[in-house]
Amino acid sequence: MSEQKKTDFHVVNHSVPRRDGRAKVTGKALYVGDVKLTGMAYARVLRSPYGHAKIVSIDASRAAARPGVIAFLTGDNLGGLNPYYGHAVKDHPLVAIEKVRYAGEPVAAVVAEDERAAFEALEFIDVRYEELKPVLTPKEALEKGAPLLHERKFEAGALRGFEGDVTAGRGTNICQEAHLRWGDVEAAFAKAAAVVEAEYYFPMAYAYAMEPYVAIAEVNENGVTIYSSAQHPFMVRHDLTTVFNLPVSQIRLIVPFVGGGYGSKSYTKIEPLVAACAWKAKRPVKLQLSVEEAMLTTRSDDALTWMRTAVDSNGKIIARQAKIYMNTGAYAENSPLVCEKATNRCVGPYAIANVQIDTYSIYTNTVPASSYRGFGCAQVTMAGESQIDELAAKIGKDPYEFRLMNVAHPSEEFFPKMRAFDGNLKQDLEIVAQAIHWKEPRSKGRGRSIGCSVSDAGAYPLTSTVVRVHADGSVSIMTGSTELGQGSHTIIPQIAAEELGVPFENVRVVASDTAITPYDRSTGASRTTTLMGRAVLEASREAIEQMARMAADVLKRAADEIEVIKGGVQCGEARLTWSEVISRYYGLPDGEVIGRAYIRKSGDFAKLPVFWETACTGVEVSVDEETGRIRMEKLATAGDVGLAINPALAEGQDIGAATMGMGIGLFEELVYEGSQLVNGSLLDYRVPRFSDLPRDVKLQLVENRDGVGPYGAKGGGEAALNSMPANIANAVYDAAGVRIRQAPLTPEKVWRALKEKKAEGRKQ
Amino acid sequence: MRLCFQLNGRPVEIECEAADTLAELLRNHLNLTGTKVSCEVQVCGACTVLVGGLPVSSCTLLAYEVRDKNVVTIEGLAQPDGTLHPIQQAFIDDFAFQCGFCTPGMILAAKALLDENPKPSEDDVIHYMDGNICRCTGYVPIVRAIQKAAETLKESKK
Repeated sequence: MSEQKKTDFHVVNHSVPRRDGRAKVTGKALYVGDVKLTGMAYARVLRSPYGHAKIVSIDASRAAARPGVIAFLTGDNLGGLNPYYGHAVKDHPLVAIEKVRYAGEPVAAVVAEDERAAFEALEFIDVRYEELKPVLTPKEALEKGAPLLHERKFEAGALRGFEGDVTAGRGTNICQEAHLRWGDVEAAFAKAAAVVEAEYYFPMAYAYAMEPYVAIAEVNENGVTIYSSAQHPFMVRHDLTTVFNLPVSQIRLIVPFVGGGYGSKSYTKIEPLVAACAWKAKRPVKLQLSVEEAMLTTRSDDALTWMRTAVDSNGKIIARQAKIYMNTGAYAENSPLVCEKATNRCVGPYAIANVQIDTYSIYTNTVPASSYRGFGCAQVTMAGESQIDELAAKIGKDPYEFRLMNVAHPSEEFFPKMRAFDGNLKQDLEIVAQAIHWKEPRSKGRGRSIGCSVSDAGAYPLTSTVVRVHADGSVSIMTGSTELGQGSHTIIPQIAAEELGVPFENVRVVASDTAITPYDRSTGASRTTTLMGRAVLEASREAIEQMARMAADVLKRAADEIEVIKGGVQCGEARLTWSEVISRYYGLPDGEVIGRAYIRKSGDFAKLPVFWETACTGVEVSVDEETGRIRMEKLATAGDVGLAINPALAEGQDIGAATMGMGIGLFEELVYEGSQLVNGSLLDYRVPRFSDLPRDVKLQLVENRDGVGPYGAKGGGEAALNSMPANIANAVYDAAGVRIRQAPLTPEKVWRALKEKKAEGRKQ
Repeated sequence: MRLCFQLNGRPVEIECEAADTLAELLRNHLNLTGTKVSCEVQVCGACTVLVGGLPVSSCTLLAYEVRDKNVVTIEGLAQPDGTLHPIQQAFIDDFAFQCGFCTPGMILAAKALLDENPKPSEDDVIHYMDGNICRCTGYVPIVRAIQKAAETLKESKK
């Protein structure tokens, strides 16, 4: 598309203020929790105290008799519904049926006139359990004779998203496996000049979207309508069609502003449960979870990765092999896809001739794991990028130079059968190295590191949109992309304003209502700018083509005499704005033109991934040798985004993602004792605060226009998280000479490592 | 019980239950949903409102505790003609939010800071604001916005 190469942007590539700015600073922005429907009742959920148990009996009659109680829901009063859902594997009952598989699993729900009445009725539900032996780690779950979480075989979800066969429900606790191999790793390791081999751990993490899960459902003769904090309303809609056995046209998901997602609100969460409550109560029902309950709903997969990497005598990486065990918790959710992505992303941004990666996603009696910003990439980059530094140290090379020498080049087909590399990591590395003064000497107790990663991003290219140009020249865009804070509702009108040559102010977005807005598969995998952005660009151009033909019609000229200019057309002396074209065409100052676009796996998007999302991050840390406490002092990012539609928003994604990654590198971890989550509250789960922010932050964007998105754009919502835990581990090694292979690098771990190193030093 | 207090400069008289928190009263009874509730354990600061000019977590303050006091919520910050408070404007100008869920509490905490210390250093901002969590922005643009707002407020007082 030659026009994609335009350079004189008037709206795009400018940091225009956020479209939702005023609403969000005045408290007027509407989130699901702020919505009240007439006649709305409230649900609360009773949760399992056991990690693994049979439900012997459940009696809610005393609860049902409580004042204000309207209805209740248990696993044995779901007649008429198909209670199992899951886009990947249909293994998840909307409320526990016959047994519970993790402590915190919903066992029953009560609907009442107000939240307090619903909450107070919960303790009057009598449940008798028979405890079963829980399995809590992948190791336990794979042992011979280990208790099975799921006894039955599952149907594959219709919108799977992963390529492999469904492994779940085949008589083991394996939820999914993925295998990747090319070349001959055994031969390569045998002839290698140097090899490093070790085990690495990435913890269970909680995304802490500050708005906990919330949904309101209404079920009536029109079907099911749900207001939800979901990232992917169209995927949730699909799960609901199977639960209620209704056609797509009778399930409606509406998503207003979402108070943070980071992957944790992708796919179906509480919607089937609240819809079933509404169906029972015959009233609109709201279910607002607390943060404690949100922590019992989704987390990231933790991962134990064994890895070895080899170089030849020239310092060229020749082989990588890994075996990854991911703990996916009690239900599959999106973990089969995370499993597949972790496998691909384990290779790293390097052209390696011999690769073998084997990944197993294992069911355990813990909170179900699912998408988490980075999607498997952070889990394996902890191993991969630690190992790059370990290997550099072993062969006496500077880790920055070692990366420069080995990263994939622009256009290199570094990953068989996938899109050629569309980034420029050498450039990114140079920018970051300069930003953190890589070559300059370190002061005492300080260490630096540079890390990078690459993700096959963009998910599946299936997106559509409608751009409506009104008779007054203003524009409405119908988009299924949800506004999670990333700024999609700002960049989408920027693109349409750029194309149509109309003021940004006059372009408005109608969003995320599956009954109104055209299909968009998801808002995740950093895909919106690239896919929805491209759809908006093409739909705008389609509207322009139609308006040019209309102008020819009203001017009684041949279509090829009409020239498109900014905001309208020109033909000889005659100039018409879009408003004039439409008004003259219809004979009234009214009516509209509808531009459409469908994006599918074809043309520019025929080859996956949609784009390679690269991270390149540099840090400087200080290590307090007395206490083991680490501080991140400096942070530098290079966002290799092709073209930033809105540079301030693009930088916001980088620092936001890096900060979450810093949290996991330094202190974030969900901790289990037996089958109980013991730090399941914000009192005990520590996230980054103001006082943790690095004082020296340099965010830079690399804009080579090498993506398939609008004007060469690519996405960038996840990258900077992925490299951060390894960045921290490598910088601690640089500062203090201790190698820590388990995130988070808590003061205790660092202190113990330092103590051990001192003890060894004394022995020698 | 009957509760009387000043809310955003106007008197309020309302029935409430002894167990109602201030956040519940504001959101459920007074339809002021700008105040957001997140952690419910006074850690995150999302529910921050000003009581007598000081920032408090409305999720854990009983509504009755504000009797006869002066309460300011995010809805009370802009001028009646819609002109934004300089802190609100600075948050927009500096991209100091993304999802916006922490923003009302963040802006009110910042107001309390600037009322107390009109010219805070970077350290002052970080120290004062440490009780407010933001999961999106990495805090850097918030610090910048608060310092810019301080400048604007200083100019307007000249």
